[in-house]
Amino acid sequence: MDHISPVLWQFLVKWLTNFSLFPPEASKIAPQMDALYFFMVLVSLVGLTIVVLLIVGFSILYSKKRHPEAVQIEGSTLLEATWTIIPLGLFLIMFVWGALLYFRIYTPPANAMNIYVVGKQWMWKAEHPGGQHEIDSLHVPTGRPVQLTIISQDVFHSFSIPAFRVKREAIPGRYTTVWFEATTPGTYHLFCTQYCGTNHSQMIGDVVVMTPDDFKKWLQSSTSGHSLAQDGERLFASLSCNACHNTRPDARGPNLVGVYGSRLALANGQSVLVDDAYLRQAILNPSQNITQGYAPIMPTYQGQISEEGVFALVEYLKSLDSDYRIQQTVNTTVLPADSQGAAAPGGKAPAGPTSGGPGEVQQ
Amino acid sequence: MSAATIVTLPDQATARIPKTNFLTKENGLLSWLLTGDHKRIATLYLISITFFFFIGGALAGLIRLELLTPQSDLVAADTYNKLFTMHGVIMVFFFLVPSVPATIGNFLIPLMVGAKDLALPKINLLSWYLYVVAGIMAIYTMAAGGVDTGWTFTTPLSTHYLNTHVISTGLAIFVAGFSSIFTGLNFIVTIHKMRCPGMTWFRLPLFVWSNYAASILMVLGTPVLAITLVLIVLERTVHIGVFDPAMGGDPLLFQHLFWFYSHPAVYIMILPGMGVISEVVSTFSRKRVFGYTAVAFSSVAIAVFGFFVWAHHMFIMGISNYAALVFSLLTMLVAVPSAIKIFNWAFTLYNGSITFETPMLYAFGFMGLFTIGGMTGVFLGATGTDIHLTETYFIVAHFHFVMVGGMLMAFLSGIHFWWPKWTGRMYPEKISQLAALVTFIGFNFTFFPQFILGTLGMPRRYAAYPPEFQVLNVFSTAGASILGVGYLLPILYLTWSLKYGEIAGDNPWQATGLEWQTQSPPLTENFPEIPIMDHEAYDYEWLARQQQKEVASVG
Amino acid sequence: MSDSTAIAHDTAAEAHHEHPPYQRHHFETVSQQFDATNFAMWLFLLTEVMFFGGLFTAYLLLRNWYYPAFVVASHQLNIGWGTANTAVLILSSFTMAMGVWSAEMRRKGMLVLFLVITFILGLVFLGIKTIEYHEKWEKHHIPGWHYSIQNFTNPTSDPEVYNEYHDKALPVDIASKTELYFFLYFAMTGMHALHMIIGIAILGYLIVRARAGDFTTGHVTYIENFGLYWHFVDIIWIFLFPLLYLISRH
Repeated sequence: MDHISPVLWQFLVKWLTNFSLFPPEASKIAPQMDALYFFMVLVSLVGLTIVVLLIVGFSILYSKKRHPEAVQIEGSTLLEATWTIIPLGLFLIMFVWGALLYFRIYTPPANAMNIYVVGKQWMWKAEHPGGQHEIDSLHVPTGRPVQLTIISQDVFHSFSIPAFRVKREAIPGRYTTVWFEATTPGTYHLFCTQYCGTNHSQMIGDVVVMTPDDFKKWLQSSTSGHSLAQDGERLFASLSCNACHNTRPDARGPNLVGVYGSRLALANGQSVLVDDAYLRQAILNPSQNITQGYAPIMPTYQGQISEEGVFALVEYLKSLDSDYRIQQTVNTTVLPADSQGAAAPGGKAPAGPTSGGPGEVQQ
Repeated sequence: MSAATIVTLPDQATARIPKTNFLTKENGLLSWLLTGDHKRIATLYLISITFFFFIGGALAGLIRLELLTPQSDLVAADTYNKLFTMHGVIMVFFFLVPSVPATIGNFLIPLMVGAKDLALPKINLLSWYLYVVAGIMAIYTMAAGGVDTGWTFTTPLSTHYLNTHVISTGLAIFVAGFSSIFTGLNFIVTIHKMRCPGMTWFRLPLFVWSNYAASILMVLGTPVLAITLVLIVLERTVHIGVFDPAMGGDPLLFQHLFWFYSHPAVYIMILPGMGVISEVVSTFSRKRVFGYTAVAFSSVAIAVFGFFVWAHHMFIMGISNYAALVFSLLTMLVAVPSAIKIFNWAFTLYNGSITFETPMLYAFGFMGLFTIGGMTGVFLGATGTDIHLTETYFIVAHFHFVMVGGMLMAFLSGIHFWWPKWTGRMYPEKISQLAALVTFIGFNFTFFPQFILGTLGMPRRYAAYPPEFQVLNVFSTAGASILGVGYLLPILYLTWSLKYGEIAGDNPWQATGLEWQTQSPPLTENFPEIPIMDHEAYDYEWLARQQQKEVASVG
Repeated sequence: MSDSTAIAHDTAAEAHHEHPPYQRHHFETVSQQFDATNFAMWLFLLTEVMFFGGLFTAYLLLRNWYYPAFVVASHQLNIGWGTANTAVLILSSFTMAMGVWSAEMRRKGMLVLFLVITFILGLVFLGIKTIEYHEKWEKHHIPGWHYSIQNFTNPTSDPEVYNEYHDKALPVDIASKTELYFFLYFAMTGMHALHMIIGIAILGYLIVRARAGDFTTGHVTYIENFGLYWHFVDIIWIFLFPLLYLISRH
């Protein structure tokens, strides 16, 4: 792509887009993918032309009228080698190029801003960490890597933004991620592309790309008043997680401060990296994810939390950077004497000071 | 006959269809329903799959009609979902998979290897009955309200979230799968054990090689589909949890099991068609196929590699990046043998003496359209572009190019090519050439716009779509109506030819191959004496000597 | 490939179309017929391997994910019965092989005897399986049918198994995965049992024809090919037994 004049490139894409023959390029990866796509189109055209020329040319040159006697030919090892090696070489180029793109799209950068997406029959819910909740739409800023953590509540769906050239399956029971960096403000299609039942074709929406300033304004105007982490904090208390996961020295569960991103030794000898997927598993299938040194007494919360709830808890745990927040939660709930698994009465975490807390999305 | 064709027919004034042939040997319904004769079974199959083809085609027509407008206004969304599901199920399992093997393959393999029948005639008949039973179950499903899972039966949608007739469809496909397994089994045994004296592997026609490779896939791959369907039925009835994440199961396990068969399935569908093309291109250029060994081995290579690429249907489904790499690389490798074949066929034309009868026209159509279809497969095999193009109309266009532009054209090519052998009569040449042309034009109008739609991002299986996609959809539907005409014509004129076609004689195409050295239609036992093969495949010089001998002896 | 010369010219039947009554007309010689049908049976068994393969794949995955649950659940199976069944099947394979030998030796009495013993052993196997299945039903271990995890969350509620294995109580979320183990148990042994039932039915038919002397005149094809099928069903069990019964035994 660097070898083609950017002016020519933009002209080509714009022309194709205006004639509705090509989707707009609205992310950083889009031109890179289009470059490979055009290369493939070119190779296909050349290949097709060669094949058609051979067929048409030979048909004319060697039609029965012109060439009544056929000459029996066994074959040619040289030709076989040629049309084995050249296609193979071209395909391998496409393989490598495509693989580079694939790794790029499915390896989010560390500084990406995270948005959680849950798909269910038949809508998309996007949850911003700042507490903005969207249905069938997704607002993102330009100039910033955005990572989507996606899951399905029921069947397979697929989150597709053609203008960004990204797509990822939403699978029940596990997280999938994809990232992009939007470049051009505008509104673009959001589709569900995995057949999911009756209203599969209604599971569509808009991706709204805004300049950073507009995005900030949108965040402020759309917030629900509490961030995702605050929702998680509330759940943490109402589900009595703090009964075991607190900072007391005799706590029955491991201290969760700073656990996100660390390497954890499990009771079964394995060592895991604590990421979103691990946290989700630990909440829903705790007995197989017990930290070393602790008894397998954590109950499963399968069926008691929605996927949005798990997002909130994960976001909360990501934000724990000091004992203070857990202690706040512990101090403001009233716990019965032995409250394993029992919902704490009136457990409402304070809407703590927002400065420096997890509730603000820093731009 | 003008110098521009190779057709030599006997003197029509005195020619007669041979009185004793496999069609006239015995009469009565039971003699057909209890036959062991592979040629009669092939005929039964031909009638059955044509019937299902038209049902599948009608469903396609309804789909395209609905897609004329962006809204879901012709049929409700649920109905549309049933339409594309049944279209896929019927076309894949009841038309494409059995098409060439069960009809042309059944008819020709014993003739081509010089045997009196397939190794297991009763199993062959059983295979047809299984197909019929499966077909009845499929028709029952449609009559009872249909199924709307998509032909891919993605779990947990198909197991827990739909109320339609998933079980009866799953069982129908299960039964049809065994029909396919028995056909493949029969072919492999016949080709290994019943070749006539002198018929070494490398003297076999390439049609036999292709069917052999496809049979390996049928035999090894279809059982995995069978067990997967059993698991779906159990999951639906007993709710065991093997695919349900809430119960600890894995929905991705279904994907792996399903695609482990369904990818080789596409090679089951295309390889026999490629075999037809080898025969047709050779005959109509009067030349042996260029690079016989390469073409033979490439069929086997496609079959072997075809087993190792299934997860390229799952690149965006959360498989590890490294797994995706491996499957992408293997997909690139499996594309190469197909390219080899295309070039070998093209070079068969070189220095040949080419005529343009209908089978050859269909073969040319195949070569061009399969090239496009195959190349677009490479677009999808590269992981990076697959992310953008998968699950859109690009996929729909890709597989219709290879299956309809490729396989169906090859099937029609084969039907026309062997029609004189099968029925003893020629089809009418002019109208069939017209039909081939109409099909080609209609096909391109129908499916080429879908590549663009896919690149634009239009998802597949959408009953309603954003309005900016309408123009291309209208193009596509217009093309489909032309395509429909192109497919109706052969039914009409082929049926007409049964009574009014010119008498073909033994070898109207002056082709090599053992099947052309017997009467048309053949005797029930194919050969009065088992032949001895003393020449290479596609030996036109041998043929010329034979003809000279005949002329000399007849005077 | 010896195939193209497999059409050995049977000197005894050199005169055209003089062949034993059991030779089908599309075959040139008896040996070609035998070769072809034998090969067909091997191929069919290969399809069966692929068929069971899907279940083995599911087993591999789920055992890897839920090993603790699989171990504890497998303790519910009675190793005594399992071993007995394994011995019964191996013995039946031996008697079947002896039957094939008898057919080749053209000894009708012995052939019928061995086929009948094989038949009885097959029924014994199914009988033991019935006992085992019944026990699962009584203890509410049939997935999807009033399945209960009580025996796993509270092992002392099942003193027989507890006394032997002293398993620790499983947390609820792991205990619920035992249902997956039992699903695989029933699916795999059930599919196997279905193949046994079909085999026994065919065996019954073969016994009738063997008594009429059909297989001791040189036409061993049916017996030989059925023997292959029977051995295959036996081998599947030999894989199932350690995978299902012996998970925690080292």
